[in-house]
Amino acid sequence: MQLIKDGAIIADEWTALADEDALPATGPVIVSLDRFKLEQNLLLARKDKLGIRLKSGEAPEQIKDFLDRLALVALEFPAYRNGRAFSYAYLLRERYGFKGELRAVGAVLRDQFNYLARVGFDAYEVRDNITPEIFKLSVSAFEHDYQPSADSKPAVLSLRQRRLAAQKAT
Amino acid sequence: MYRYDEFDQQLVNERVAQFRDQVTRRLAGELSEDEFKMSRLMNGVYLQLHSYMLRIAIPYGTLSSRQVHKLADITRKYDKGYGHFTTRQNLQLNWPALKDIPDLLAELASVEMHCIQTSGNCIRNTTSDHHAGAAPDELEDPRVICEVIRQWSTFHPEFSFLPRKFKIAVSATEHDRAAIRVHDIGIQIVKNAAGEIGYEVWAGGGLGRTPIIGKKVGDFVPREDLLAFLESVLRVYNMFGRRDNLYKSRIKILVHEVGADEIRRQVAAEFKEVKARGTLQLPEEEVARIRKYFAPPEFETLSDDVPEINAAAAKDKGFADWLKSNISAHKQPGYTIVNISLKPVGLTPGDCSADQMDVVADIAEKYAFSEIRVAHEQNLCLAHVRRKDLYEVYTALKAADLGTPNIGLITDQIACPGLDYCNLANARSIAIAQRLSERFQDIEFQQKIGRLHLNTSGCINACGHHHVGHIGILGVDKKGVEYYQVTLGGAADETAAIGDIVGPAFTEGEIVDAIDTIVKIYLDLRQGDEIFIDTYRRVGVQPFKDKLYAAH
Repeated sequence: MQLIKDGAIIADEWTALADEDALPATGPVIVSLDRFKLEQNLLLARKDKLGIRLKSGEAPEQIKDFLDRLALVALEFPAYRNGRAFSYAYLLRERYGFKGELRAVGAVLRDQFNYLARVGFDAYEVRDNITPEIFKLSVSAFEHDYQPSADSKPAVLSLRQRRLAAQKAT
Repeated sequence: MYRYDEFDQQLVNERVAQFRDQVTRRLAGELSEDEFKMSRLMNGVYLQLHSYMLRIAIPYGTLSSRQVHKLADITRKYDKGYGHFTTRQNLQLNWPALKDIPDLLAELASVEMHCIQTSGNCIRNTTSDHHAGAAPDELEDPRVICEVIRQWSTFHPEFSFLPRKFKIAVSATEHDRAAIRVHDIGIQIVKNAAGEIGYEVWAGGGLGRTPIIGKKVGDFVPREDLLAFLESVLRVYNMFGRRDNLYKSRIKILVHEVGADEIRRQVAAEFKEVKARGTLQLPEEEVARIRKYFAPPEFETLSDDVPEINAAAAKDKGFADWLKSNISAHKQPGYTIVNISLKPVGLTPGDCSADQMDVVADIAEKYAFSEIRVAHEQNLCLAHVRRKDLYEVYTALKAADLGTPNIGLITDQIACPGLDYCNLANARSIAIAQRLSERFQDIEFQQKIGRLHLNTSGCINACGHHHVGHIGILGVDKKGVEYYQVTLGGAADETAAIGDIVGPAFTEGEIVDAIDTIVKIYLDLRQGDEIFIDTYRRVGVQPFKDKLYAAH
């Protein structure tokens, strides 16, 4: 597995801690929601960055009050058909205003990057055969989109309104 | 009808390019069948018993003559010269080669058509009334909002990997011809006391192995908020719908398990948030832009009174029969709706040859403003025909074997492809439908029976809508032998109901006689010119049970 962030393959600075792993003294760590609930004070007291990994079924509402203390949220895809985390990502970005890294982990396919990017993911754990070129091809499959989402692209609806306004102005 | 602007066309073209790349990777072995499955299913490509099957989207069942000619060409060039119209107003090709599908999609794109989201666990083709724009009591043309929904749902980034498929249907008349109560979301266009148009929203209806009638979740959603409301329903479903069991993944199970009141509460809470954000508010200019495409054609001022038609009917018995069943009332005087039956005696319901498609496209061009509709009962329809042209239209249709005068009658059956094509099926449905149409082919007997919906499915997934047939037939497999279970009293319209199982299943040899017996019992019990469903609702299942099984 490798990490793609903002379209480039980068070294992963984060340690994904299993629940039974000892908490290291320093360095950014990603913990499960269960562990966060148990060791919340300890984890928030560390000086290094903290991330939480949510399983499918663990809605982000549960962490919404801590988001300003988190640098990363990882959302699990237990199977590529399981699209629950698309809604989680959208809510984290659009409703709860999460600005940190939003990482897709688990079973995601290259033909899904476009959708993932649109709902607000900016980092992906991917198979080793995914290159930045493949990633770029996938996310740029469509120049415009019909509906607004968590990306900054204007939806077709807005583009049509702009065109209409321009026509009226001339 | 709607025409693509540069944005619509670009999206469809980009999809063709994307799918071409996916097929290339699949054929080169870079994509496993399982990985390819996700992509092909979002593009209407199924792997069936004998071959790939391709489902072409016909948004809300509306086509132009140009598009129908193109479909005819495509079935000749890439398939066996025929197609199959489905209960979701789409067209299926049974024999395309995977390597040809990208070119086929490019040809579709050239006439503003596609196969986007005709399968997969995403929002499917939005269906509607095939009499849209012509029905006398329509509140507004439902296709305007259908097109809005089509665009909003196309490649929706959040709702393309739902727990299961998701089907939306829209009706703008009190009499529901779009079966909205048995859809994941059904939208009934309504008018409030102030004369404003709004949307009544039903959710959690569906057929399949757990048939359920939808529950009302929105009483009057204003037009500008419809997308926000739909997004709210979809988000609740995507987050909380079950994913542990394929057969419990539809929204109907969520609504059923959580309860309609709780779903209403969750949707209302979500809607409040979405609405507050405001990004999905539907601008009136956009609605107006789309509405222009559905403006009524230039009707002439004509009278409904056309003596020459009555004269022709007096001379031509076939025409007289056809007038009795295949014509529906139109809002414009002097015009009528022509329903074209794809249910000739002994053939496959919904099948249409390339030559027939060309004939229908030509007739539409000459007599019906170049517009063709697909009905969810697997028939075609010309929405705006001058009464005075009816005999010419009938003659041209009849010459192409499209003059069967049985719309709404017992041989106007819905049937799924069944074991002849489908790898889910347990039993044949086409063969049963064919034998039933042969048994009941006497048109006068059919007219005597009156309106009766007879639907057959080849397995519990219920693509043949057997649950909502006045008489429903379900094919089941018992130790390798095909059996047929019969339900009575189903309905898909505004009185939607799930049929009652009448008793033990019949063998293939018994089923046609059993249906015949049911019809005779009804004819004995009916009062006046009561139709089957009304008799059934009055007397219940017992008299049918008693006589049907007493005979055995």
